[in-house]
Amino acid sequence: MAIKKEKLEEIIKKSFPEASINIVDLAGDDDHFSLEIKSSKFNGLSRIKQHKMVYDALDGKMGGELHALSIKTMSEE
Amino acid sequence: MDNKVKETIEDKINNDDLHLFMKGTPLFPQCGFSSTVVQILTYLEAPFSSTNVLEDEDIREGIKEFSDWPTIPQLYYKGELIGGCDIIKEMFETGELQEELKDIINN
Repeated sequence: MAIKKEKLEEIIKKSFPEASINIVDLAGDDDHFSLEIKSSKFNGLSRIKQHKMVYDALDGKMGGELHALSIKTMSEE
Repeated sequence: MDNKVKETIEDKINNDDLHLFMKGTPLFPQCGFSSTVVQILTYLEAPFSSTNVLEDEDIREGIKEFSDWPTIPQLYYKGELIGGCDIIKEMFETGELQEELKDIINN
């Protein structure tokens, strides 16, 4: 199971059109990514809630098509 | 989710202040992300109990639904999910984790 970086970026952007996003394909295998995302939508929310919003955007792909995604969320405050 | 699974999970997170759902055991973690969290807790000398989700498929799937969190490891403190590997690492680097766990470390 794997996913292209461009596809991943497209999915994230759909839920976070305002965010600045940086995705790195860590191993070059379409399977291990890191995602840095900065969005005003995260303002005032706990990290758990911020990460849950990202997981929601991925709509069940985490743990399925996406094996390993390291996430770092940042608010705009 | 099966009620029995839910009760088992609730017992685990309420019986000890700090409980880690992980792949493998603290001595033999079977996943890099689980291993990272174990290393941080060990470094902080934070006493924790753990569940090896690889030994129990019901817990492995149940905990994802229970927490509404799709990945393992998951660290619970005083009955609340505080994070997976990324969050715990980030909190450790900023010192927030030490602050959060101050009741149970250095004692």
